[in-house]
Amino acid sequence: MIIELLLAPLAAGLAVAVVAGPMGSFVVWRRMAFFGDTLAHGALLGAAFGLAVGISLYPAVVLCCLVLALTLVALQQQQHLAGDTLLGIVAHTTLALGIIAVSLLPTVQVDLFGFLFGDLLAVSGRDVAWLWGGTFFILLLTALNWRRLLSITVNEELARIEGINITATRTLLMLMLALLIAGAIRTVGVLLITSLLIIPAASARRLTRTPVQMAALASLIGSIAVFGGLLLSWHADTPVGPSIVVSAAGLFIVTLLLPRRS
Amino acid sequence: MIDASPRSTPSSARPLVTLDNVAVRFAGEEVLSRISLTLHAGRIVTLIGPNGAGKSTLARVVLGIITPHAGTVQRHGSLRIGYMPQRIKVDDSLPLTVDGFLALAMSGRSRERRAALARVGVKHLHKRPVQQLSGGEMQRVLLARALLRKPDLLVLDEPAQGVDVAGQNALYGLLDEVRQEFGCGILLISHDLHLVMAATDEVICLHHHICCSGTPEAVTRDPVFHDMFAGHPAANLALYTHEHDHEHTLHGDVDAPGHQHGDECGGGKHDH
Repeated sequence: MIIELLLAPLAAGLAVAVVAGPMGSFVVWRRMAFFGDTLAHGALLGAAFGLAVGISLYPAVVLCCLVLALTLVALQQQQHLAGDTLLGIVAHTTLALGIIAVSLLPTVQVDLFGFLFGDLLAVSGRDVAWLWGGTFFILLLTALNWRRLLSITVNEELARIEGINITATRTLLMLMLALLIAGAIRTVGVLLITSLLIIPAASARRLTRTPVQMAALASLIGSIAVFGGLLLSWHADTPVGPSIVVSAAGLFIVTLLLPRRS
Repeated sequence: MIDASPRSTPSSARPLVTLDNVAVRFAGEEVLSRISLTLHAGRIVTLIGPNGAGKSTLARVVLGIITPHAGTVQRHGSLRIGYMPQRIKVDDSLPLTVDGFLALAMSGRSRERRAALARVGVKHLHKRPVQQLSGGEMQRVLLARALLRKPDLLVLDEPAQGVDVAGQNALYGLLDEVRQEFGCGILLISHDLHLVMAATDEVICLHHHICCSGTPEAVTRDPVFHDMFAGHPAANLALYTHEHDHEHTLHGDVDAPGHQHGDECGGGKHDH
């Protein structure tokens, strides 16, 4: 049966899409697209590092992304270079280091293509459980800190005067994003993860009037994209990750044709 | 230096923030120096001075956004501050209504937020996306957000900007009401002298340092003030009148001619 074969990939993809709704909305609102890319590149370095020291892949990737996020927060505090310049330096350096590290390993055990473009069909039931666990954890943190996160996004100065710790809130957002990206690597891969964050959120923008609506609709659109991508992949035998991104892009184009709500 | 206790200060007025000999430098250049002042509950203090005099910087020191390089800032007790910036820009990608924007300030009820909007005269904007507000409307909404916090101290940066004369009168009337209702102190920043003079307890004339200060009557008689705003109609204005004896621009801004400084205000750089 198609359904049984696709059940685990679908569940995994939906876990990522659901949490990518609100996280992607913040990425769009705060213009952090390049930040997501940088973290995703770092994930590859994490994987190579994990193999080199002999710990399992996921903890290594998660750890590497979290450390990288904290490094980026610290780098952003300095004023001499623009944020995107710093991100560019970090992103490409970590990507290069990751690829060198992978090539130095005695036998190449990393499925490089899987990392770059995703390997959703290979996920196990255990992966799915972890992904949903991570999704609920991030959603819970987001809900508990919603007003704070939104407040620093709208205007940092007002937020600060109203007693919100800007650095702590910003760091929280970065760490949640790092966690999401580390988890999502398996589904759409390093090169496409940013698109799963941005495209559903961007699609939801025109159709919504409040931040909560936009985040929720982005989750829904992402979920439909995952569903559509898997169907496309199944019928046309196309790679899964890119298929999901293409179907998300298709949905984006459809929303452009709908009347704008605000 | 200003002791901020001119004759009208009630000795009982609660001090809110005290700055003592504060200095601020940007890139090695001294923007503020030797600033000492105290803001009291229930009193309106207005900072005036030419563009680039450091007015906004001083306000940001009071707000706690900027840490001074020298001197001390003392906040008395747990101070709740409401701040109305000149303008803010909300990214177009963020769908946010005025009501949603106000809800960020304090998780209160929708009814309170409507009341705050009604109070500043923009009740009808409740559901409007913030990106569609005009400059004047945005200022009203920002003021409503500041009031929702029931502030001990209200700081307003150029509140009259982009508001016509009738609107300015209404605004200053509102500030007076707010001061009495909340008993809060108010710090106003302005380069528009006319109405400010009538609506304030104390004027501080700033040009990187405090050139002169005191009641509006005292300051308008100060020769330093006259040098600073030479030719400006407000300098000759009879106090507490609202005659419009000078030209307004389309946006209600006073067309201020250039200014000069006496020796006491020398050494600063001119941004006009």
